[in-house]
Amino acid sequence: MTATRSGAGPDDGPPVVDVRNLRKTYRVKGGPEKVAVADVSFEVRRGEIFGILGPNGAGKTTTVECLAGLRRADGGTVRLLGRDPQAAPASVREDVGIQLQEAALHDRITVGEALDVFASFYERRADPAELMDLLDLTEHRNVQFGKLSGGQKQRLSIALALVGKPQVAILDELTTGLDPAARRATWELVERVRDSGVTILLVTHFMDEAERLCDRLVVIDRGTVVAQGTPTELTDGLRRDRGVRLRFAEDTGRGRALDLLTALATRDDDVTAVVSADGEIEVTGTRKVLFAVVRELAAADVVPDDVRTVTHSLEDVFVDVTGRQYRADENDEENVA
Amino acid sequence: MNAGPLLTTETKVWLRDPAAVFFALVFPVLLLVGLGLVIPDFRSPMEEPGLPWDSAPNVTIWLPTILALAVATISLTTMPVQFATFREKGVLRRLATTPMPPRNLIGAHLVINVVALLVAAAAAVVGGMTVLDIPFAVDPLVVLLCFVLATTAMFSLGLLVAARADRGSAASGIGMLIYFPSLLFSGVWVPIPVMPDWMAQMAKYTPIGAASQGMLAGWFGDDFPLTQVLVMVAWTAVLFPLGIKLFRWT
Repeated sequence: MTATRSGAGPDDGPPVVDVRNLRKTYRVKGGPEKVAVADVSFEVRRGEIFGILGPNGAGKTTTVECLAGLRRADGGTVRLLGRDPQAAPASVREDVGIQLQEAALHDRITVGEALDVFASFYERRADPAELMDLLDLTEHRNVQFGKLSGGQKQRLSIALALVGKPQVAILDELTTGLDPAARRATWELVERVRDSGVTILLVTHFMDEAERLCDRLVVIDRGTVVAQGTPTELTDGLRRDRGVRLRFAEDTGRGRALDLLTALATRDDDVTAVVSADGEIEVTGTRKVLFAVVRELAAADVVPDDVRTVTHSLEDVFVDVTGRQYRADENDEENVA
Repeated sequence: MNAGPLLTTETKVWLRDPAAVFFALVFPVLLLVGLGLVIPDFRSPMEEPGLPWDSAPNVTIWLPTILALAVATISLTTMPVQFATFREKGVLRRLATTPMPPRNLIGAHLVINVVALLVAAAAAVVGGMTVLDIPFAVDPLVVLLCFVLATTAMFSLGLLVAARADRGSAASGIGMLIYFPSLLFSGVWVPIPVMPDWMAQMAKYTPIGAASQGMLAGWFGDDFPLTQVLVMVAWTAVLFPLGIKLFRWT
């Protein structure tokens, strides 16, 4: 997706965000100390969409809250636009727009009022009318917040994060609760915002979202960075066998194919495993595994109804580096304290 | 930073809450005038010897109580729920990410609620005087002093209620728990002059009872209610710093 990008791209100047060895622990009353962020480091360059990806409870929100100066870190350093938000939180307020995970407005304030009043907080202001236009909110300008749909609330939340003309926008779980069409629309919007020159820090537990949007990302699990790079670097870096999945409409065809391929696996070094799963046959092996499978089945005239090569996603990266299946809500304790 | 637009917008939003508008603004005057008109005995002249005006209607002794009720209603039912809801909905946290400090929102709402209280109190006084022929206070400055101190003491109490409640419903529950006994001490159920002595003595040391008794003394031109004034000053001095100190911003 890097190829389709237009407008401002990442540059090589000093990083906009610099997080080093960040650590944050909580002590719940009477309980043991809980480590929310154990050791997180990353840099964000100007003009990129940078992702912080991981399951709920991994420490993503805590990380950005420390970065924004909303929480005191227990260790490490954070720099935002060269300033220290831990020592002087007010110093970054003008230049950073933050979209928080949950709706955060009075139910009875209208879209237009919210944008106008938030605009009044900043020295530099975006034009609320233009923002409403950009976010398809113009026709809802007189609707009260409590009466907006989930998608409209989310768009307003993004608009409020941008109303102070920030250099950096932190967007936390911005598509949670949206339907697929609204998610895609929001993704396009985020790209448009980046193209207008805003550096974006995207916090998400959605693998597909990170893969689709981020120029670079870190994968966080249990408070530590377990992988980082561009989405392509991460998936290409997997030392995985190639896979082919075959589907047969009839059981007889599948049975014959299974016999043939199992036999093939014993004599052909390019084929390492054959398993039957979900009514399909998955064959793994070297880069030549597809050729080996096709040759064998063609010779016996066994014709599958569908052949797919298995592509690797960030989900596989997660499984690879953590040894666990990816479950977005495996330990939902993000908002302790 | 200019907090003007914040104050204007918050006022508009405040006025959109029908419960706030009714209980904070309309309820006191409605209760006074409504009951004054419905209960015949309320309008008959006082017959107790020694009072300044024998011709004043019985309901006159109820006006200071209604003023105290107006203070208690806003400070214990309206305001704490609003503040706790800001916390619950993440409004305070959201503001913390902007150059506008969340304390300015709380400040704006203190202003709005004080203004609403002044409107409600003025409506009760004007309504009582015009509809029920209640005579004006003998010592208006004493009434005003007690009203101001009642406001500082009760708003401090309301702030304390709102300080920790993490939900609007929790703040509402705690507020109500204090509100109803307060009404008893204010004389809504048993008028102050006929309160049993032990109850009047107890009421004197509560912020709302002291407010009620102090304003009654001022209205009828009795001796300066020194104890009641000191009680309200003391409550304010204790509760306000505590409310500020314990207030949770997230």
